[in-house]
Amino acid sequence: MPPCSRGDWRIGDAVKIKFPFSRRSGPTDAWTKCPVCENQLFNRQLERSHRVCPTCGHHFRMSAGERIDLLLDSGTFEERDANLVSGDPLGFVDSKPYPERLESSRVRSGLPEAAVWGIGKVEGQRIAIGLFDFRFMGGSMGSVVGEKVARCFEAALAERIPAVIVSASGGARMQEGTISLLQLAKTTAALERLNEAGIPFISILTDPTTGGVLASFASLGDVVLSEPRALVGFAGARVASGTVGEELPDGFQSAERLLEHGFVDVIVPRSQLRATLARLVRVLPVAGQSDGTDRRAIRPIGILQGLAQRVGGAVSETAGIDTETTQARPSGGGR
Amino acid sequence: MTEMTVQNGPPEVTDEAAQAAWRRVQLARHPHRPRTLSLVPQLFDEFVELHGDRTFRDDPAIVGGPALLEGRAVMVIGHQKGTDTESNIFRNFGSPMPEGFRKAQRLMRLADRIGIPIITFLDTAGAFPGPAAEERGQAEAIASSIRLMTGLRVPVVVVIVGEGGSGGALAIGVGDEVLALENAVYSVISPEGCAAILWRSADAAPRAAAAMRMTAAEQRALGVVDVVIDEPADGAHTDLPATAAAIKRAILDSLVRLDRLAPDDLRAARYARLRSIGTVLELEAEALRGTSPSLGERLGRLLGLPAGAPIPESDEDDLDEEGA
Repeated sequence: MPPCSRGDWRIGDAVKIKFPFSRRSGPTDAWTKCPVCENQLFNRQLERSHRVCPTCGHHFRMSAGERIDLLLDSGTFEERDANLVSGDPLGFVDSKPYPERLESSRVRSGLPEAAVWGIGKVEGQRIAIGLFDFRFMGGSMGSVVGEKVARCFEAALAERIPAVIVSASGGARMQEGTISLLQLAKTTAALERLNEAGIPFISILTDPTTGGVLASFASLGDVVLSEPRALVGFAGARVASGTVGEELPDGFQSAERLLEHGFVDVIVPRSQLRATLARLVRVLPVAGQSDGTDRRAIRPIGILQGLAQRVGGAVSETAGIDTETTQARPSGGGR
Repeated sequence: MTEMTVQNGPPEVTDEAAQAAWRRVQLARHPHRPRTLSLVPQLFDEFVELHGDRTFRDDPAIVGGPALLEGRAVMVIGHQKGTDTESNIFRNFGSPMPEGFRKAQRLMRLADRIGIPIITFLDTAGAFPGPAAEERGQAEAIASSIRLMTGLRVPVVVVIVGEGGSGGALAIGVGDEVLALENAVYSVISPEGCAAILWRSADAAPRAAAAMRMTAAEQRALGVVDVVIDEPADGAHTDLPATAAAIKRAILDSLVRLDRLAPDDLRAARYARLRSIGTVLELEAEALRGTSPSLGERLGRLLGLPAGAPIPESDEDDLDEEGA
């Protein structure tokens, strides 16, 4: 099967996955239709705008590689553990064996698994960062993804640098059964150690983050950021409608709802994600490293300069997240 | 374009295997299966049920409180299904809301503080997935419960009594030893949910049950369960006292083993246990070294693959994209 031959699956009307956006046009097209405002976008223009529709602000999904380019200082990312691949603990077969499913995901995404992690810098500050790639089996978390997330937290602990995970996942990977389920505990156990050591963890939720990934480390950020209008929720639509016997209201599992109910700190448009992340890393030091401004070198003249700056109103530069810019309301074109 | 047929099911799950797995699922869900509150008086003395998460409400789908096990104080926490329609409605069929997990956390923190072991009983189809649960932070409640359990300094013995349903089970199921009744099941998603997603039909639930290897014996073989507790020949529901006696022996044996470990060693062992779960293969890394091409190229080179495909904005054309 050649890569990208999507569309072999025809889904019966009876079981329809409910995600908010319809499919965009084929991969080789020079144009992409925005699923929200329906404008035709030139692909190169879309890439330049970090895959945000220039007309309506719709955030298209990004690959892990595109995320790295978006968030990290150029050329600073050193990938770790790129050679991990998944076994098949259950010998799982549905319509095709799990190893074949893995293989076709590898071909389709060009990635060995659904997450990458490594060490990089954001505005000069070293962080351990893990990133999901939704193209690989819907970013689902099995052994390898859980291992990479755990190793990311362990490296952050060993180096005493902040940890960042950018999630995009349907949840735990069914094909590895309870081994996948226990990745919730494995990743969270590693996070608990990070928490105890006083090392900040910043969780970035992107469209979509659901199921077991949200029900483990992704919900447990010391700071939880989300991109606008990302689908974020516990239960997949079919699980919910099958169990509760009612459809969840439209837009119910959204970043905006989570913000409203207190489970997300800030909704950050993609254009400001890097600056916001960098600022958080500056204002949330690792325990014992809070002297970022080097207080040992205090000189009277420095204090006076500082006071003058404050009087001059430059405080907002360092006073944390500027909510007006980072929490901008969606600029129309809503769904 | 060829239509892929999914009705035939997987070649490796035979009808016999599917039916055998399904019989276990039905025993695990048997309406007369022993429940937490029916086991408690058989296993413990002086149980005092405590209520409420101190924030929102008391969730009747999770019960708990301190009790004595052979004279020793322990904290008991378990899912609670009903025994008839009325009590099942009251108990929400054993599917907890976020406040149920927050009650459990409160009880675990108390046990940790006063240094008494925690015994949990798992019997849920899963955490409740409705709108009210979403808006009160179901995912956060499960996540923080799991995190709390990974750091406890007291022994935690988990007993899977009936259904170990996904995150709602794991939220009170991170233990130093995991015991399971012979006909208990443990899975990442309900067989119906798995069937609906991967087979496109809830009728495939027996096949999904077999494919997920969710029976106690299979979970033992995977290393997820440590001890399988034998049930009476026709199932636990046929003889509550005998079932309870077997569970009690297994819990006491576990505690003997866990009592040998100091709190820090206990935590270290729990971490090592969780950390080792997974089947991860490490390929030779040579292919990754050399010049510094883009990430995608490097990974693609590793596997000898063409460049990556675009990211789907829709999930309607892929079975893989809904996880559990």
